[in-house]
Parts: sequence; structure tokens; C-alpha cells
Amino acid sequence: MRNVQKTNLAMTINGTAHQFDINPKIPLLYVLRDHFGLRATRFGCGQGTCGACTVSVNGQPVMSCELSIGELQGSEIETAEGLDTEPAHPVLAELVAFQAGQCGYCLSGIAMRAKTMLEQHKNLDRREIAAALDDHLCRCGSHNRVLDAIESLFRKRQGA
Amino acid sequence: MQAKIPGPISTGPLLSDWFYIAEDGRLIVKTGRVELGQGNQTALLKMTGDELGIPTADLILEMARTDRAVNEGFTAGSMSISEGGLALRCAGSALRSVLLAEAAVRLEVAADQLDLRSGKIELNGQITDVNVSDLLQRISFSSKIEEHSAPKSYQQRPLDADQVTRSDLKNRIVGAPFLHDLHEDGLLYGAPVHPPSMTSVLECIDIDLVKDRPGVVEVVRDGSFIGIVALSPFEAAEAVKFAHVLARWSETALSPNDPMVSIAGSEADSTTVFSQVDSGTPEGTLHQTEVARPFLMHGSIGPASAMAVWRDDSVRVWSHSQGVFQLRSAISMALAIEEAKITVIHYPGAGCYGHNGADDAAFDAVLMARSVQGKRVKVVWSRRDEFRAAPMGPGMVTRVSATLGADNQIVAMNIDVNSAPHANRPGVNGTPNLRAAAYIAAPVLPAPSKDLPLARGGGAERNAVPGYDIPNVEVTKRLVHLPFRTSSLRALGAFTNVFAIETLIDDIAADCGEDSVAFRLRHLSDPRARDVIEKVAHASATHRAEPETEGVGWGFAYARYKNTSGYCALFARMDLSEDVRITDVYCAADIGEVISTDGACNQIEGGIVQGASWALKETVLFEGLTIEAESWLDYPIIRFSEVPRVSVDLINRPALPSLGCGEISQAPISAAIGNAIKDALGVRVRSLPITRDAIIAAS
Repeated sequence: MRNVQKTNLAMTINGTAHQFDINPKIPLLYVLRDHFGLRATRFGCGQGTCGACTVSVNGQPVMSCELSIGELQGSEIETAEGLDTEPAHPVLAELVAFQAGQCGYCLSGIAMRAKTMLEQHKNLDRREIAAALDDHLCRCGSHNRVLDAIESLFRKRQGA
Repeated sequence: MQAKIPGPISTGPLLSDWFYIAEDGRLIVKTGRVELGQGNQTALLKMTGDELGIPTADLILEMARTDRAVNEGFTAGSMSISEGGLALRCAGSALRSVLLAEAAVRLEVAADQLDLRSGKIELNGQITDVNVSDLLQRISFSSKIEEHSAPKSYQQRPLDADQVTRSDLKNRIVGAPFLHDLHEDGLLYGAPVHPPSMTSVLECIDIDLVKDRPGVVEVVRDGSFIGIVALSPFEAAEAVKFAHVLARWSETALSPNDPMVSIAGSEADSTTVFSQVDSGTPEGTLHQTEVARPFLMHGSIGPASAMAVWRDDSVRVWSHSQGVFQLRSAISMALAIEEAKITVIHYPGAGCYGHNGADDAAFDAVLMARSVQGKRVKVVWSRRDEFRAAPMGPGMVTRVSATLGADNQIVAMNIDVNSAPHANRPGVNGTPNLRAAAYIAAPVLPAPSKDLPLARGGGAERNAVPGYDIPNVEVTKRLVHLPFRTSSLRALGAFTNVFAIETLIDDIAADCGEDSVAFRLRHLSDPRARDVIEKVAHASATHRAEPETEGVGWGFAYARYKNTSGYCALFARMDLSEDVRITDVYCAADIGEVISTDGACNQIEGGIVQGASWALKETVLFEGLTIEAESWLDYPIIRFSEVPRVSVDLINRPALPSLGCGEISQAPISAAIGNAIKDALGVRVRSLPITRDAIIAAS
């Protein structure tokens, strides 16, 4: 087996600063899962077409299977593990309250998309939420519950 | 009163078949079922806890594993609750009786003065100091369930189906509960280099070049099977891409020009699978239709995964298979080793909608792990593997003809089903039917599938017997064997057959100038069928009465899944003014006793959305014998901005048996969509998927 050249990188993951040597070509998804043990970010396609691996990078939703780790020097990365559980982060609480999933494989990516959506937008209606979620596939058909949950988060923010 | 003993209890007659005490003293409930993402774990635990009188939080449910559970067959056919749940109720009841008998001895009272509620022993309604954990340590788990079981009547059970929620959802978002996520020090990562078709032969590959790739530990070649074992998933995936470029394959089979044309025009033997003849010759006008459904993908968001480890000549396998016992038997056949040397343990995967690649991935893992004795190898298929290597839902063509007699009453219906085989599961036809088993050096080729007989719900002919009061009915089935790997996909033949029958019924009602719901009700005497239809007609009435713009239509469809399972009626609204859009669905269902209202609604909603995706968007395309799709771009499914609003009304019948709900809405939604398009545009599209192009072509 051959060896690969490594690069020294620094970045923040879920609020903790990390500095490490790694093959810069490895996609962020694999680094999160296999280097840092953050396995709530799922492998769905590795082709940037299903959204299951979505995380927040500098506040933007990105598909982590598409982004090489070498491009992320100095970035701030948030994964589903970064969502508070006790008490639950509003996105997590709402997805659970609406029982917005069946197998749940797509949900951590959707949760991270929802988190960035709430950070970036004051208010979105159902249509806009759905359009923002079009990069995410769900095969169990729990779409309506996901939309209900995120719509509810925006409504609560509007005090309605 | 002795209750009827459910089948699984005959297989596992003792308390120890269903329960054991963990080291920490907690009670473990064992099931032969598996969690496929449908939430049956929650429902099964609730059924057991209610029967026992112990809160579900104090119980742990252990899903199927060959070394501990009762063999309950495949978790399929919407029978987790109606069979697996009943078995747990029966076992739970027996355990409760045995616990109460033990408590009675301790307290020196008669057992009938005692009760077990909320995990406490009560004497004439007062909580005693007898500890259930102590009782569990004292009783004998070798007691026979049949001798102690007297399940509660529905009035004695908490009627709280509306309050049940899934407790595992949070962990499915922020945790790592999937087989894909399993990790431990020293774990190796396997990835197969699948042949491009089931009949390709590996001509050559330079294994040393692959071994030289970064992180590669071992390259396994066994016949036309290639498996790469690496230190990390990334390195395994990269090496697979490299190997795909190196490998040279030859094709040994001829491909049909168009498999759907082969199915439609097949002259293979056809058998009559159902016949009902009334006295007298049916006379009237003949109405006919022919519908087609293409081959479909399972398309789970998480590709197939498995883990295996060999120690000496025994292998342990972790799989999200639908049947751990059947997988064990299939591995045993494929490698000619005793079943006793194989342990298969269920571990959750992503959503499962039928016989997908889970078992094949497990066998891939077994083959790879054999080369690194004592080390665990975890396999995760690529998306390309998932599209190209997993069994497909078979293509089908169903033809229906109906004779409309006097008073516009249907007097006869003939249904002829042509289909590639369903129900081609591991081990069922006496051969392993694991993908790689067909192309390892000592191959065991799959026997031709026999599909499923009607007595077991039917495969291709599922729901081909119309659910209406029609005096003369004949159903024929023709299995079309093509060099493609097909098997059970959610709802099996019901999806196509209900689409066919409900299309024709709608057309006949229109020809009679009669309301499509009224026409159906005239042909339905089953009060439960009438109830769901009337309920959904009422629930959607206001919306349907709204004045509609051009290009908008409503369609109705009804079916009772498998003719013996849940009843489902629904209305769909299509808006075709700009694009092909399904906007709203109203559904009413009767699934007998409901265990979890939300869980059942989630399944029914999911079936509607998935069924709509099949009906409107999905089709497998082939390049010769290879499936064309490599990514989701090649196989589009419904997206968030395309899903309809869905409302589901359940008619709960707590006194009646649970009928299952996982597949009841899948079939009627396709027909309701087709009928709504006809209503909107007057155009009948009979070949799925109903795309914009298909509508234009049919206009």
C-alpha cells in the first residue's frame, strides 16, 4: 500500500479548535466520521445529490461529501452532534415533536439545513422552506412532517 | 379463557424464547422481527408492556438475531403488528401470569387478588412491597406460554394509541444508530467491485495494482467477485473507483431490447390463480384497459451495509436484512457450511421498503472478512452499487377487462398479470439468491423465482382479485423471466393491479355518467370498505367543492391491501396547469386495532408520498443488461417542493385485530393520481410514470 502526502490544517468543529495532519483531498464527510468520530453526519451518496451529509460550514449549509478537507483551513464547522440535546436545540425538539421521520437517515442533514435556514432568514413560508430543502432527499415520505416542524419554528419566532 | 396461539408462539413456546434478564437485571424482550425504520420497535414494545403491566421504559427490545430470537420469518408484508405483536402479547400475558403466581406464593394470597400495573404488584388495588425485579429472578423462564397466556381484552388495555411516540427519533438525528456508523478500533472497511450485470464474467484485473493503492489491506478475488479491504472507508471507496477502471468484463447473456416490451408481449405459460364463476353467462358491454409499471428502485437514502468477522470456521454477521434466519440459511447454501457456524444479528440500516441489497452486502462482507481472519470488516455500498446491484421492483403489465351488465352493474372481470418475479428473497427457492453467490468461483445460481402464491398474499397477482362484489372473476399470472434481478418491493403486484382495476372502474363509471364514488359503493357490500370511502369523501368534500381552474382535477381510488389487510380510500388533487403537480391527498384507512396512531399515520403518509413518487417520476433505465443509473441525478424521486399536503383519518377499531398499515396506501395513490389527471384533462395515461411527456403523448 502506498503512502499519501499530508497537510497540516486548523479548524473549529462544534466549538472546539482542532489542528491535525491529513490528506487534503479527503472529503469533509469522511474526516468528520472517521477522523473525529462524528458519525451523525451520514453517508448517503458521496456525489452531492442527496443532502444526507449536510453540515454547517461558516454558517452555510454544505454537503460534506463534496468538499475536500484541504479547502477548509480556518473554517468553523457544525454537525448534528453540535445540537444541544438536554434541553434539545429547537430544531431537534421540533423535529422530534412532529415525529418528522421514519428511518431518520436523512434527518441529521435536514436538521443542519434547518439550523442554517433559521440563522439566515427571519421568516420563510412553507413554499420557501420546501424549496430550501430540495437538495435533501427523503425516501420514507416524511416530508410533510419536516415542513410542519420547520414552519412551526419560524412561526414561533414570529410570536404567532 | 385460552386465546388462539399465534404462529410464532408455536415456534417459540417457552417464556425463555421471548424474554431473558440482562446482567443489570433489566427485562429483555426478544422479537424475531426487525426494525426497518417503520417504528415497529415502538409498537412491539408497547404491546408487550401493556400486556405485562410494566412501563416500556423499563423494558429493552432486542430485535431478531439467529442465536437468540424465535424465527418469525421475514419482517415483510405489513405483519409486524398483526403477527409479531400478537406473539409478544401472548408471551407477555404468560410472563405476567407467572409473575403474579410467584407473587401470590410470597404474599400467601390467591393470584386473582393480585394485579401487575405500572411495574408494581398490587393486592386488591393496593401497591405491595413485592419487587418485580426479585420475582423475575425467581421465576422459571422454561414455563410454557400456552399454559399461562390469557391476553387482556381490549377494554383492559390502555386505549392510548394517540399518545404513543417514537423514543428513538432523537438518536437517529444526533446519534450514530445505524450499521453504517458502527465503529471500533481495528475495524476494516470493505467495498465490493460489482460486475456490471448478473451475467458478466471478470476477464482480468491486476490485483497487485489495486493492492498498491493507499490504505488497501487486502484484495479478495473469488471468481468474478472482487472485494477491497482497506483501513478507512475513503480509501476503500477510492480503490474501488480505481479497480472499476482496471477490471475487464465480458457479458454472457443477451439483453432484451426493451424489457417492458418483453414483459407485455411474453407468451410464457400463464396460470389461473383465482377463479370465481357465478351461475349464468355474464352478458353486457366489454370495457378494457392495459397498464404498465416500469422496473423501480428501492432507493433507500442509506446504501446497503453489513459487518462480518470470521473466527476459525465460524462467521458472525451484522445486517439490516429483513430476515436474519433466511440470510443465515442463504450464506450456508452459498458457502456449503453448516448453519450452526453462522450467526446473523440484526442491526438497523436506513429505511427498507422490501428486499433490497442488505443481504447481498452481508454476503459481500462475509467474503471479504474471510481473507482477514479474526478482524471485523464493515461494508458500505456506494450509491452506484445501490442503484446497479440491488434487486429491483419488477416491471409489470396488467390487463383488465370487465363486462358491464344490466343496471350498469359489473358482472365479470378478468385480470391478466404479466410480471417479472417478485418475492425472490434469499434462500426461498432452495438457492441462496445472494448476489455474489452467482459469480464466485464455486457459484450457486439462483433458481427461477416462483413468485408468491395468492394464499400468501400473492406476488405479481397481489390485489389482482378486485375488492368489489363481482360475481365472475378470473385472474391469471404469467411470470416473465429476464436476465435482471427483481424481488419484493413494497406492495408487490398490488401497486400495478390496483392501478389497473381502479383505472378501469373509473373509466366505466364515467361511461355510465355516474359519480365514481357512488359507482364503487354500488359494488361494495363490505361495511368497513364503505366506511373508509364515505369518510374520505366527507373529509375532502369542502375542498372538492371549491371552484377549480382549468387543468385541475380530483381522482379517487380504493383498495383493501392483499384483500385481507388494511382498508384504504383516498382522493388526490392534481394541478396540471403549469407542470404535473400533486397538491393534496385525503386518505381514510381502517387498519383494525391501532397501536400507535401517529406511527400508523406516518406509515400511510409515507406510502402516499413514495407511491406518488413512483407514479409520477420513477423508472429504471437499462444499457443492455446494466442498470443505467449511477446517481440520484439519473433516478429522480419526489422532492420537498413536489410533495402534496396529506391528511390521514384512521378509523380505530380496538376490538378488532390489527391488520397492518405499511403498504396499504402505496397502490391506491397511483390510481387516484391517474384518475385525477383524467378528471383534469380528459386524458388517460396507462403507462407509469405519468410524466408531462407521457400526458402529451396520450393526449
